[in-house]
Amino acid sequence: MEKVIQTEKLTKRFGDFVACNELSFDVDKGEIFGFLGANGAGKTTAMRMLCGLLKPTSGKASVAGFDVFTQTEKIKMNIGYMSQKFSLYDDLTVSENIRFYAGIYGMKTKNIRTKTQELLNELGLQNEAKTLVSALPLGWKQKLAFSVSIVHAPDIVFLDEPTGGVDPVTRRQFWDLIYHAADKGVTVFVTTHYMDEAEYCNRVSIMVDGVIAALDSPVNLKKQFNADNMEDVFYQLARKAKRSDN
Amino acid sequence: MHSQLLTFIKKEFLHVFRDRKTLLMLFGLPIAQIVLFGFALSNEVKDSKIVVADYSKDATTQQIIAKIGSSKYFNIQQSLQSAQQLEAAFKKGDIKMAVIFPPNFGNNLQHTNKATIQVIADASDPNLATTVTNYVTNIINDYNSSLNNGNVQPLQITPEVQMLYNPELRGAPNFVPGVMALVFMLVCTMMTSVAIVKEKELGTMEILLVSPFRPIYIIISKLAPNLIISVVNLFIILILSSVFLDLQVKGSVLLLTFCSMLFILTSLAVGLLLSINAQTQESAMTASLMGMMLPTMLLTGFLFPIENMPIPMQVLANLVPSRWYFIIVKRVMLKGLGFEAVWKETLILAAMCVLLFTISLRKFKIRLQ
Ligand SMILES: Nc1ncnc2c1ncn2[C@@H]1O[C@H](COP(=O)(O)OP(=O)(O)OP(=O)(O)O)[C@@H](O)[C@H]1O
Ligand SMILES: [Mg+2]
Repeated sequence: MEKVIQTEKLTKRFGDFVACNELSFDVDKGEIFGFLGANGAGKTTAMRMLCGLLKPTSGKASVAGFDVFTQTEKIKMNIGYMSQKFSLYDDLTVSENIRFYAGIYGMKTKNIRTKTQELLNELGLQNEAKTLVSALPLGWKQKLAFSVSIVHAPDIVFLDEPTGGVDPVTRRQFWDLIYHAADKGVTVFVTTHYMDEAEYCNRVSIMVDGVIAALDSPVNLKKQFNADNMEDVFYQLARKAKRSDN
Repeated sequence: MHSQLLTFIKKEFLHVFRDRKTLLMLFGLPIAQIVLFGFALSNEVKDSKIVVADYSKDATTQQIIAKIGSSKYFNIQQSLQSAQQLEAAFKKGDIKMAVIFPPNFGNNLQHTNKATIQVIADASDPNLATTVTNYVTNIINDYNSSLNNGNVQPLQITPEVQMLYNPELRGAPNFVPGVMALVFMLVCTMMTSVAIVKEKELGTMEILLVSPFRPIYIIISKLAPNLIISVVNLFIILILSSVFLDLQVKGSVLLLTFCSMLFILTSLAVGLLLSINAQTQESAMTASLMGMMLPTMLLTGFLFPIENMPIPMQVLANLVPSRWYFIIVKRVMLKGLGFEAVWKETLILAAMCVLLFTISLRKFKIRLQ
């Protein structure tokens, strides 16, 4: 299997505080990789290092075959990112948002037009093309944000809590979109606090206080921790955590 | 890369046009300021109320007073006896001018051939003050020349004009350059810093920084709409002040535009700099108001003359870009001077512009932390 993300002892310190401590893991091409952890565990920090938003303190990491210390510009060409904060422009319409994000990735005007139409159809938003994003329900916004984050057909997409605050039905639809992307070969690196979503992942890593406490497929993890569901696995690990943002 | 930049600039314009309230403010502010100021200034000098204080009470003074009184421009309210009464009349505000004949006026004129009349005007409305004093001086001069008809030794009555409350006649001529500096500062500094910080606050900045879009292009795109709005505002202000205030650009419009662009760019650079440390739109706004608008108001010289300030303030004023721009506009627009009269100020402004841009571009990091 081709490895699209590889990290070795990847560490981030903020002063004395170690947000991510010697993370070592690989992600295979086309995999849906769940990145779990309680609040403040260090998920966002790890993701930001991989995306080139944050310089690691030490360790090694490569994304899409490029080094996170020296080749961030190359990495940027090959990844999509959906941040924990909502990332569309409220005062632009649905199609303006799609065209904008496609445009800044340097897509050709003709491609942008067909891609926009394709996305609108896929999301069932044909009639909302000219609606301001501010007028959309949260679930739709999140689905749109995801589609926009892969509008330029990246190899890897990083999703930071993409379904936060969304109802179960819409979350289910959101995961359909994720599967659809994964089927097309996109590697999905996703953080979540929902354990039912963890079950959807090919493999799951669980972070506790800045270190990876467990990493395997949901089936194996449940076996290893003698648990019925991921909820239980997570609870066994997370209750050992000392740090919490809340 | 070209089309990527265009995409971004287009988006920035969409933001601006979608936000109608702000747009209205950006263009409405200069218009409102100029128009209001135009109305506040009365060009109507008919029947201006004046007072006369005659400490001489001779034939000559009576004649001059009669002449003034018969003019359609003046309406003599009362005759005053004391200086206190005079001051009170001005303070009440309905008296525009006082004409004072000193004791022994007629005597002096006959024996020394010379006499002076004191003319005091309320210059809080500088236009009106100038006009009424001009009229009264004309009347006095006319009377003077009628006396001299055929005289061997000419008599000389000198009107001594004094402007009260606003001796430098600060009015439209000072006001317009001030409005220009303020408006550019507001649009460029405040709107730019808010626009950039907004992306941080929304979280979209992260997405942009993860994309291959170059940070310098983010900056260019953010600056573009405000630059254009400001240039439009410049011409709105120039046209309005010509129409409403009868204040035309005496010097080269090209030079004025060039210097204004320089100041606009400097203000944009300040906005960029302020956006780097601010994390919320509110703090960006506060920083612009406290950091730029306040110094612009206080230290530019159009509200308070810098020469009268304590030395530390004068030194501080040199650091305020609008101070130099204000000087340039006054010289080029009002006095009609050319580049040779403003090159020093232009150079200072250019240096500030380059320095500010260098600092802010360096600090605008690719990685967020
Ligand atoms: N720039 C920073 N400076 C100092 N500390 C930071 C910084 N960024 C994050 N941290 C700290 O690092 C820890 C990990 O933060 P991170 O955002 O990665 O957690 P997370 O796992 O994404 O949590 P959540 O589920 O709440 O999003 C937290 O304790 C946070 O306070
Ligand atoms: Mg997080």
